[in-house]
Amino acid sequence: MSRPAAGRSTATSPTVKRQGLRRLLPHPLLFLALLVMWLLLNMSVSPGQILLGSLIAYGAAWTMTAFDMEEVRLKRPAAMIRLAGRVLVDIFRSNLAVGRIILFGLPKGRSSGFMTVSLDLASHHGLAVLAIVLTATPGTLWMNYDPARGDLLLHVLDLDDEQHWIDLIKQRYERLLMEIFE
Amino acid sequence: MTAAPELPVWTALLVSLLVVAGAAITLIGSAGLWRLKSFYARVHAPTLGATLGTGGVLVASMLCFSVLGGRWVLHEVLIAVFLTVTTPVTLMLLSRATLHRDRAETQDEAPPKAKD
Amino acid sequence: MSALFQSAPWATLMLGCAITLAQILLALAMVCASLRMLRGPRAQDRILGLDTFYVNTMLLFLTLGMRQGSNFYYEAAVSIALLGFVGTVASAKFLMRGEVIE
Repeated sequence: MSRPAAGRSTATSPTVKRQGLRRLLPHPLLFLALLVMWLLLNMSVSPGQILLGSLIAYGAAWTMTAFDMEEVRLKRPAAMIRLAGRVLVDIFRSNLAVGRIILFGLPKGRSSGFMTVSLDLASHHGLAVLAIVLTATPGTLWMNYDPARGDLLLHVLDLDDEQHWIDLIKQRYERLLMEIFE
Repeated sequence: MTAAPELPVWTALLVSLLVVAGAAITLIGSAGLWRLKSFYARVHAPTLGATLGTGGVLVASMLCFSVLGGRWVLHEVLIAVFLTVTTPVTLMLLSRATLHRDRAETQDEAPPKAKD
Repeated sequence: MSALFQSAPWATLMLGCAITLAQILLALAMVCASLRMLRGPRAQDRILGLDTFYVNTMLLFLTLGMRQGSNFYYEAAVSIALLGFVGTVASAKFLMRGEVIE
């Protein structure tokens, strides 16, 4: 496979001029997440572990600059909490629905199949979260995304009403994701 | 055979409930792997075990060790985070590989490539 | 009410039975996954079975840890989860391209 242009991987490109906090600490969210993970893994909040975890997280955050990825910037914490709540509810609901299908079979006349949804969401991070959400709710499976058209190919276990699934994704998840990431 | 840690009654009740519910949901998911007819339908089945099934057992384990040790034991959260992040990746890769193979062999079930 | 906050022999017995039941259910789930692994019919079904098998094993280890009240099983469960992910990704990539190392 051919690699993308090698010149992109230098942190000196003009697009990544960092200001304020981000000059000292790139990817602050990643830093925080790694530190928390370290403390959880060691199950202690002693000063020594915090120092060691910070050092490791700091190194990892700087290593990430080599990839020159677009940084995660979250907006609207309220929308994040709403999304998390919705996803949690949907996990329970769709688990029940898929469990029923497995135990008793699909209702008569229904079948599973593929469908496409055209997304307006374009942020990479937003798409990644959408992929996690769709996989975490059993019954829908992310198959393919075409970035040029913004078309998402899905496989749905109970494809009774295509519009229902389109509404679910566009109204319930995509709007909030666009609020958070764009 | 039935050795178990000595927990207060409320914890024992909750842990028993969560652990059995989680295991039952995982079993239903794995049974789906066996019962469903086509591959694309079967890919949905393991997500049951990876979401609620794992969730139940992990929460039970957190509760059990937190009460047993008298302090918060939360490192099971890491397994949950790891599974939620990796399950989409594995399933996506697997189903895309299948799609690729089915298109190469022109099976009826796979949707055709988007027209350009 | 205070009885709820003390341990009781019947509660411990019930917890033991519940964990045993959960282990039996998980073992049955592993049987289902391995049947799919053995039966196929195609390679992707076997890989899917293997992936499910890994997750079920991880859960079984967690229940074992709860029974023993020991933390060592947690670490085993973490490494099983990691290895399962890497193994499935490598196999899926093999299906896609016909080789793992390009």
